[in-house]
Amino acid sequence: MTKVSMTVNGKAVSGEVEGRTLLVDFLRQGLGLTGTHVGCDTSQCGACVVHVDGKAVKSCTMFALEAEGAHVTTIEGMANPDGSLSTLQQAFQDHHGLQCGFCTPGMIMSAAALLAENPRPSEAEIREYLEGNLCRCTGYHNIVKAIMAASGQDVSSIAAE
Amino acid sequence: MYNFEIERPGTIEEAVAALAAEEAQALGGGQTLIPTLKARLAAPAKLVSLSGIAELKGLRREGDRLVIGSGTTHAEVAREAAEAYPALAALAGGIGDPAVRNRGTIGGSLANNDPSACYPAAVLASGATVITSTREIAADDFFQGMFTTALDDGEIITSVSFPVPQAASYQKFEQPASRFALVGVFVAKFADGVRVAVTGASEDGVFRWSEAEAALSEDFSADAISGLSVSPEGMIGDLHGTPEYRAHLVKVLTGRAVAAA
Amino acid sequence: MPDGGIGASSKRREDVRFLTGKGNYTDDINIHGQAYVHFLRSDVAHGRIRRLDTAEAEKMPGVLRIFTAADFEGVGGIPCGWQVTDRHGNPMQEPKHPVLAEGKVRYVGEMIAGVVAETPAQARDAAEAIVVDIEELPAVIDMKEAVKDGAPKVHDELESNLCYDWGFVEENREAVDEAIRNAHHVTTLELVNNRLVANPMEPRVAIGVYDRASDEHTLYTTSQNPHVIRLLMGAFVLGIPEHKLRVISPDVGGGFGSKIFHYAEEAFCTFAAKAVGRPVKWTCSRSEAFISDAQGRDHVTKIELALDEEGHFLAIRTDTYANMGAYLSTFAPSVPTWLHGTLMAGNYKTPLIYVNVKAVFTNTVPVDAYRGAGRPEASFQLERVIDKAAREMGIDPVELRRRNFITEFPYATPVAVEYDTGDYNATMDKLLEMADVAGFEKRLEESRKRGKLRGLGINCYIEACGIAPSSLVGQLGARAGLYESATVRVNATGGLVIMTGSHSHGQGHETAFPQVVADMIGIDPSMVEVVHGDTANTPMGMGTYGSRSLAVGGSAIVRATEKIIAKAKKIAAHLLEASEADIELKDGQFTVAGTDKSVAWGDVTLAAYVPHNYPLEDLEPGLEETAFYDPSNFTYPAGAYACEVEVDPDTGKVEIVSFCAADDFGNVVNPMIVDGQVHGGLGQGIGQALLEHAVYDENGQLLTGSFMDYAMPRASDVPFYKVDHSCQTPCTHNPLGVKGCGEAGAIGSPPAVVNAVVDALQRAGHDVTHIDMPLTPSRVWAAMQQG
Repeated sequence: MTKVSMTVNGKAVSGEVEGRTLLVDFLRQGLGLTGTHVGCDTSQCGACVVHVDGKAVKSCTMFALEAEGAHVTTIEGMANPDGSLSTLQQAFQDHHGLQCGFCTPGMIMSAAALLAENPRPSEAEIREYLEGNLCRCTGYHNIVKAIMAASGQDVSSIAAE
Repeated sequence: MYNFEIERPGTIEEAVAALAAEEAQALGGGQTLIPTLKARLAAPAKLVSLSGIAELKGLRREGDRLVIGSGTTHAEVAREAAEAYPALAALAGGIGDPAVRNRGTIGGSLANNDPSACYPAAVLASGATVITSTREIAADDFFQGMFTTALDDGEIITSVSFPVPQAASYQKFEQPASRFALVGVFVAKFADGVRVAVTGASEDGVFRWSEAEAALSEDFSADAISGLSVSPEGMIGDLHGTPEYRAHLVKVLTGRAVAAA
Repeated sequence: MPDGGIGASSKRREDVRFLTGKGNYTDDINIHGQAYVHFLRSDVAHGRIRRLDTAEAEKMPGVLRIFTAADFEGVGGIPCGWQVTDRHGNPMQEPKHPVLAEGKVRYVGEMIAGVVAETPAQARDAAEAIVVDIEELPAVIDMKEAVKDGAPKVHDELESNLCYDWGFVEENREAVDEAIRNAHHVTTLELVNNRLVANPMEPRVAIGVYDRASDEHTLYTTSQNPHVIRLLMGAFVLGIPEHKLRVISPDVGGGFGSKIFHYAEEAFCTFAAKAVGRPVKWTCSRSEAFISDAQGRDHVTKIELALDEEGHFLAIRTDTYANMGAYLSTFAPSVPTWLHGTLMAGNYKTPLIYVNVKAVFTNTVPVDAYRGAGRPEASFQLERVIDKAAREMGIDPVELRRRNFITEFPYATPVAVEYDTGDYNATMDKLLEMADVAGFEKRLEESRKRGKLRGLGINCYIEACGIAPSSLVGQLGARAGLYESATVRVNATGGLVIMTGSHSHGQGHETAFPQVVADMIGIDPSMVEVVHGDTANTPMGMGTYGSRSLAVGGSAIVRATEKIIAKAKKIAAHLLEASEADIELKDGQFTVAGTDKSVAWGDVTLAAYVPHNYPLEDLEPGLEETAFYDPSNFTYPAGAYACEVEVDPDTGKVEIVSFCAADDFGNVVNPMIVDGQVHGGLGQGIGQALLEHAVYDENGQLLTGSFMDYAMPRASDVPFYKVDHSCQTPCTHNPLGVKGCGEAGAIGSPPAVVNAVVDALQRAGHDVTHIDMPLTPSRVWAAMQQG
């Protein structure tokens, strides 16, 4: 076991991990941050996306030890400081961008990374950016719509509620 | 995963020393290696992470060449090579997905030499030089068939030096599930000729399509290859595409790459 | 009327926890002292276990105990919930489905042993150390090969690999044959309904817990129907009475059918927890899910449609081979029969229909219900053969459909169901407007200029959902009733709790059900809470599948609420010193009709629990009612779908450029949620049509065993959809007039996509009449090369 230290959602944390301990396992089991999910084992579904030093990464495809000293943000760190939903989270609720909720944390983390890079993405850019985030419930319609809305774009002309 | 130690050296020398240990393996961005370990298809005793080695990172111009450190992520190449080598930047920006691009590195991709990976096409079509901890290897010598390269045990790719072509384009037709290249074609036009490299298609891994190179060196237009055909022999056949289909795509994508270059 | 009643697009209350990482999924639950199980699974499709030696593995670090079939002697097999009777009146062949393989393995992924250890990694390490020697036997994978004489048998004790040979309606067989023989025109189509993997994003998880003190078992599991699991596992497998077995399904990350069934892993964890004396947890990996979750579809069909000169349908004959996999999963036998054959009339007046289904055992993962279950298979073949017939006869495909629409209701089909309401011309009219079909030619020209082929596919669908009348399904072989239950508990201060047997795993019940109750009473929906997913605090329920939750579960809630209101009116009458018959409830106020005398909802509920001024001689205190609702018929949502595609002639790649869905779901409680359900169904239907396919090689190895080879639809594969449900013919037999919307999108969309691609190719001069799904670029390109 090796000690690993990092900052998660603004708090300094540390723990003992094996070499093979994945970042997602450290977050879920080590820190009890179960909002980050595991939906596959081939690095495709994106349910595990978190931000490491500001960049979206798949926490199931990164060892905890590789995050030594890093600043990690998970879904638990995405709400406003007062606990209310962020603009992006609120847009997902307003536009029904989630159903079962399992892919949602990864979707929010990827969408937040997109908006940080590209504050007003087109529909095509959003769909392209979500290449690594699978959702089985929504058919993606309302996810794309919610992200457009969160970026301040008028979505009223997009078919259906 | 079986258990292993992770060592995080700070210099190339330390990394080489660490890799001398029994059953040690280099860890780049881990985007291919970690899924492989999860499936218990590999059992290293030690992983030597290259992510803490500053000298492996970043891009720089050296004369008319673009040199990319092996630890540079796909996202960094997509962003920082956009001006110097737009076709290469576009290729990097199309690998995997954004989260994979934030971790995966050019060195990791080349060392693995997946027959459906994108980077080998760029390196081979560019006639780039793969620089390792011990030597320089020409692209034509580096790739030696599926998942096989000229790298020796313990040898680390430190950078890749690309001559920048006058015009280039990479056209990728995605395998619908993995989004790796079902077929990818990189066309690069230099003053002294055209190079065409194909990934995803052949059972022997990335290869150069020499007939197309000859025709395009004469006349760099999509029409120049219209009379050529690619043999399905030796092409990969699987549930995503027959050998005939892949052979057909090689030609279609080469034409598109020429048009887009 | 308060805000947020029936018809309001209320935002979902459950979203807040999911959006902030506070959802409580089964894998998020950890029980103090839990151990972990890893299953050793067969890596061959068919074989005899010659030796199974766990001795070395048991000595591995952290191992608590290793279980094999020998440990499960006296434990029942995993039961099948439906018995189909064949054409000759005989029961289907029903082999035992052991928890752990007994003597033989019958598919890649079948569990041979379970290793319980301190950590997941130790359990897996030890599982790899088990010595297992399997004599490999020839595998049967192809269904038609499997039923040939001399084929290797999946189950040695059965006569053959034929589970049943079902004819429906058997009495019509000869009349149908004769009608087809004598018809002016017969269109024939052979097709495959591709095998799919449901792949909810949350893989399955089970945690077994045993309490020595009370002798009670608790199972946490990712289920769509915890009560059904309790019944099947308790009564048939482990012999635990319901009062000693609690099943909890907390937040569940999607199901789509694959989490209906009782799985061996659930029984294992429950059993092992007692045997080991520790909670036992199993978390499925995605790779494991591909070889252990029941898969869907997998029909091979030949359909013939007989028509007269004017294109009126005279008869339909359809022959299907349906894959059961190696064992019968919970609902498997019903899917290709009662959920498929009964829908073969579609939206059309066809006087004579005969459906033959041969269900076949193969050395593959069990096959069972997946979103739509049987109805997509019916819809696909019917709507494809109609399209083909239209082309053969030179009749516009929409016109041919309209010429045969059922227009008078109720309508008794020749395949045993009675449609209560519908208006198929209305949804078709709506669709043609939404899809701007009139403007298609112009768009076609524009595509041609860009070098693309363009096609338009239109079709209808109907489904039977709101599953199901118990007496009817009992006659059809169901071994359970299919009612639903609800308890509505009113608290003293006026808030309500709905305890429902339905289960929400994405459908938004926590939001929609309160809308119904709040609307009935005239209070704010925030006063109503939903409890579900725990057998200890909900009445016996049948769960969520078959688009049944609102139609059946919602009806139970309405009935229970009606009882609440009836009792509350009695209390109000007492408080108002008026006659009960004069009491009206509106906007949360009980009023004496024609007066301004009233009492508020909260005062009545308080009186019910503080009965100082209360008619105690006539009425019990308290305000809590339970209702069980058993529907008198299925519901019949129907609609018309249009898909427009562009095909790249050089690569065969299909792009969906638009998709429109006009549905009739009857009344709608939350339009936003209904739209979302349709979107999701469309995503899965488009996935089936273009991308998804579970493929086995001849040795029974699953070639598409991960997302690297099983193509899931991504955001870039689909467009924004246009959906509409303004055509509403309310269901006549449930109190809400609702029909169900969960499966429609997955049922109606595959034929639209295939019709569109075939249209595009034909317009470009290709002689292509059908391509089997998924329409991968490789397949479309190959079709273009051939004709």
